[in-house]
Amino acid sequence: MKKVIPIFRREIFAYFFSPMAYIVISVFLLLTGWFFTSDLFLADESSLRSVFSIIPFIFIFFAPAITMRLLSEERKSGTIELLVTMPITDMEIVIGKFLAGLGLLVVALVFTLPYALTILILGKPDMGMLVTGYLGLILMGASYISVGVFASTISKNQVVSFIIAFMIIFILFLINKFLLVMPPYLVPVLQYLSIDYHFANISRGVIDSRDLVYYLSLIVFMLSLAKLSLESRKWS
Amino acid sequence: MIKIENLTKFYGDFKAVDNISFTVNDGEILGFLGPNGAGKTTTLKMLTCFMPPSDGRIMFNNLDVNEHSMEIRKMIGYLPENAPLYEYMSVQEYLDYICDLREITGPKRKERLDKMIETCGLSRMIGKDIGDLSKGYRQRVGIAQAMIHEPEILILDEPTVGLDPNQIVEIRNLIKQVGEKKTVILSTHILSEVEATCNRVVIISSGEIVADGTTGSLQEKMAGQSTLTLEIKGNTAEMADVYSAIKGVEKILSVSSSGDSTSCIELGVKHGFDIREDVFRATVEKGWVIYEMRQHKTNLEEVFRQLTLNQGAVTQ
Repeated sequence: MKKVIPIFRREIFAYFFSPMAYIVISVFLLLTGWFFTSDLFLADESSLRSVFSIIPFIFIFFAPAITMRLLSEERKSGTIELLVTMPITDMEIVIGKFLAGLGLLVVALVFTLPYALTILILGKPDMGMLVTGYLGLILMGASYISVGVFASTISKNQVVSFIIAFMIIFILFLINKFLLVMPPYLVPVLQYLSIDYHFANISRGVIDSRDLVYYLSLIVFMLSLAKLSLESRKWS
Repeated sequence: MIKIENLTKFYGDFKAVDNISFTVNDGEILGFLGPNGAGKTTTLKMLTCFMPPSDGRIMFNNLDVNEHSMEIRKMIGYLPENAPLYEYMSVQEYLDYICDLREITGPKRKERLDKMIETCGLSRMIGKDIGDLSKGYRQRVGIAQAMIHEPEILILDEPTVGLDPNQIVEIRNLIKQVGEKKTVILSTHILSEVEATCNRVVIISSGEIVADGTTGSLQEKMAGQSTLTLEIKGNTAEMADVYSAIKGVEKILSVSSSGDSTSCIELGVKHGFDIREDVFRATVEKGWVIYEMRQHKTNLEEVFRQLTLNQGAVTQ
């Protein structure tokens, strides 16, 4: 598994030595900053609830934008051929790329810490909710990124990869919004599958093993799919 | 030693490589020759563990590609077609990255990097982005990347495509230099390249091996063979039958109508025959007229053409 490190390092490097990282982080901060400041004094509440509730939506676009190039670009330029003929397993490649995507997402979240600092200065926020809120965002972001890595293995075209990732995430996000019209026996299943439902739990300050298991299993599942998809060159 | 036995590869229904077998001995520079789409790249992709064969076996010494992929990958240096590289990395960063992946560490790393930069003539380009390099330099970076871990086997897919004549000579010398100690397999569709660098050649066409031998033996085999080009005024449809009946004609290489009632016809002549007189008599007998008759020795280019042209059209 130590080959994960050079892959991770190269991808992080590729993000920060191209405009990519700066553009997505700027857009991310612009949106979250606006939601943070616009009702900070109106609501008169020392919490990051408005930011924490909008970030999951922003991530739906943000995560695919980060991940779309991870493998699509390698496939398009043909560098994938060199990479997979190196003494490195397909799983190491997938994990390295996943961690790099997650790394960029965490960097973006780190830049939102000034919001937390602001409310710490202005009031007395619930520290537990702040911490679990960030934990929830990272877990949720990681699961989005894993979907994106899988989508990126599917197509040479980055736009196609973006759209596939966006669709899968969007469905996982929306799945618990239609519970009212679903047959009752499906409700618990759909609720469990929903990314948003688990995030709601965590951001309330409740760390439940069921939510952790959900996110981790989604990540493992998606990365395994990505590995399979990368291996599909061997099937024909 | 690399042993390839009954190797077959299907892409869906399409048979790209059809039951080929050959061995590559240690220290050999093998030219893997064939027209575009003959299955060269597919075969190399199977050798480098990019994808497994549909059928057949590839053995490196005593390791099978399916079972010992990781060990074999460590032994191989590979330059894929068109030298795919990361555009946004500098040469130095890229080679560092490859060292990481190949686990070249410590003092060894510096030594190998310096050696590769020197051998491949990259010292002036070391800080430049790969995307800004010319085709020739990219190819050199690709070769440096393939040799950095001192592989026992070097596999190069069309290493000189797109290079200018000076660069081609340089790369060939580089390959020869490496081939003194290592096994090299290089694919190409350029014949002079094989003559210049390889000591053995395997010619492949439509997924099948059509020739396998040293460059010398191949030339010898075909030496003395000649072709006769004729321009005849007469009945085109009958020509193939009339001339293939002549003793000493190996095969009709081509018949083409060149306007009016004249046709050009190319005959392959067996070793040691001079058929010009017989051709003359046969033509006169038919009441046709000879406009042109030209005899010339077959060179390697033509050997290649004869071997790889669609067989059906050639032998008719």
